[in-house]
Amino acid sequence: MTQQPHKVREPLFRIAKRDTIVWWKAWCIRAAAIIIALIFSGIVSYLLTGENPLHIYATMLGGAFGTQRRIWGMLQNLAMLLCVSVAVTPAFKMRFWNIGAEGQVLIGGLASAACMILLGDKLPNAVLLIVILAASLLAGAVWAVIPAVFRAKWLTNETLFTLMMNYIAIQLVSFFVYKWSVPKGSGQVGVINRATHAGWMPVIGKYDYLLNILIVAVITLFMYIYLKYSKQGYEIAVVGESENTARYIGIPVKKVIIRTMLISGAICGLAGMLLVSGTDHTISRDTAAGRGFTAIMVSWLAKFNPIFMVLTSFLIAFLEKGATEVSTEFGLNESFSEIITGIIIFFIIGCEFFIQYTVKMREKEAAK
Amino acid sequence: MIWAGFLQRAIMQGIPLLYGSTGEIITEKSGNLNLGIPGIMYVGGISGVIGAFLYEQNAAALNPVLAVLIPLLCSVAGSLVMGLIYSFLTVSLRANQNVTGLALTTFGVGFGNFFGGSLSKLAGSDVASISLTATSNCFRTKLPFADSCGWFGQVFLSHSFLAYTAVIIAAVTALILSHTRVGLHLRAVGENPATADAAGINVGRYKYFATCIGSVIAGLGGLYYVMDYANGVWSNDGFGDRGWLAIALVIFAVWRPNISIFGSILFGGLYIVHNYIPGLDVSGQELFKMLPYAVTILFLVVISMRRKREAQPPAHLGLPYFREER
Repeated sequence: MTQQPHKVREPLFRIAKRDTIVWWKAWCIRAAAIIIALIFSGIVSYLLTGENPLHIYATMLGGAFGTQRRIWGMLQNLAMLLCVSVAVTPAFKMRFWNIGAEGQVLIGGLASAACMILLGDKLPNAVLLIVILAASLLAGAVWAVIPAVFRAKWLTNETLFTLMMNYIAIQLVSFFVYKWSVPKGSGQVGVINRATHAGWMPVIGKYDYLLNILIVAVITLFMYIYLKYSKQGYEIAVVGESENTARYIGIPVKKVIIRTMLISGAICGLAGMLLVSGTDHTISRDTAAGRGFTAIMVSWLAKFNPIFMVLTSFLIAFLEKGATEVSTEFGLNESFSEIITGIIIFFIIGCEFFIQYTVKMREKEAAK
Repeated sequence: MIWAGFLQRAIMQGIPLLYGSTGEIITEKSGNLNLGIPGIMYVGGISGVIGAFLYEQNAAALNPVLAVLIPLLCSVAGSLVMGLIYSFLTVSLRANQNVTGLALTTFGVGFGNFFGGSLSKLAGSDVASISLTATSNCFRTKLPFADSCGWFGQVFLSHSFLAYTAVIIAAVTALILSHTRVGLHLRAVGENPATADAAGINVGRYKYFATCIGSVIAGLGGLYYVMDYANGVWSNDGFGDRGWLAIALVIFAVWRPNISIFGSILFGGLYIVHNYIPGLDVSGQELFKMLPYAVTILFLVVISMRRKREAQPPAHLGLPYFREER
């Protein structure tokens, strides 16, 4: 049998993995993506509102930085988002897809609210705050460790398990919100301990959110050091790269998974406490406000580096505040901010490709 | 009869879940874990609403065929775009599937609520809320002999054409997945793309098609919810967490659309069972709403403990495929 030599047509372009990329080039690509995304969302806003895009950007800036009050509000949002993002990071570095941060934050908040309501008039405030801290850390950790144990022991799919745990937490919060609602049956808890301020986190000077922001800053720094310089952080990185390698060099994989999720969940629980005891002084099923999901994107966009997360959560917090201002100013629905955030994240996700791979065009056929 | 009414409502609750889970099963069989399904279902719903709204505003008299066809096509187009965004980012640009999916959900839910809240303002009309009763009536055309068949008619024959379409799509999908070459190839792509690639299957194309077809099917669930279940009235966040429940149903149905037909009725029943339990206060109802999720977790744990091979997720679920990284 003779076979005709098959004529292969070279594709127009092919994709190859980059070895390394100079850090400033990578950041240039990211910055370019953000700028293109901003231009694109400017066009979208123009189509929807008919306003001058420059005016829209100015409104966004004003919404985020316009007054001192707004700056503090944005910093608070930034800190909360950063806290949850830092919390989910060790799990992600281990390639444990914990998308249950929403539930872990909520359950931590629920624990704080429970302590504030049930023990509010029984303990001195300092003791109460310690009890609240312990309870919220524990609640978040328990909520996170349940899927971790099943993942470690039986390889139960953690993405789906943690996702379902969110809704168990949400319904649990709903249940207690109705139980505790003031007035009865209203479905709202209202401000807890409005008169006594029992279980409220102390305020530094006259800055409502300063303590929250400081705590989150410390946690972020701690997580950076923990992941980069500690032995446990190294173990997490190895398990994330390859479980088989980790097992081969004697890292107890199951133990690492469970321990990491304990830490991850505990910090989520703390975020719940900061929200309930430090910010809102109430609880509802919307207390976490989707931060558990947004945090996943923030953490991933920052390449799991807690320091970069300050930047990425700033970007998201700024977009949220700015787009909310645009929607109030132009009489649009407040979900406008989610559309803009979505568009920008699409662009940043897409640009990672150009950092990791290069596109090579078809080379001219050598002259025969 | 209470139980006949209950069953009828359970089926109505189940249909959006059935659409969503059938779409997600097709997607997951190709190895793509699309967490954007909740967003896609919102977009499918609101795109249909936009189409119907513009048609109702501009048409002098409602032509029933057009009134069904226009929202249907808009819905398909909207979800198709969402599917294309997801496939382009995850397949062509190899982005992380979880992050892309969650971004898609953020975007889709925002898109739905945004247009739901500002559609009438943008269109320059004075309608306070979007209520598409006329279109909805066209969608909800029942079988003519449903009323004369007693409880059987009430439970099984009283639904609209979209409900029966959901069941048919699920059944056909089950057939295609397990009995045709295309289904075999699709499963191969999800289980082990490298092997599939070596066997000459175009992995990228299968992933694209599966994700986009899956999105379109899921989007129809959103359309059914608005037009049939909610009588053509769009309310923001009204669709709620049904998208996530559809993903839960995928697990419950162990990645088989024929099981999810019955699973969807069960989930629909669990979703509303709190209305049928006498003497339950509001807080107790909230606890009962946990049931579908709790059942899913239980199921997930059981199938992972039993390690039955047929009941596992596709082996390459959630992982990107890049030929040169084998």
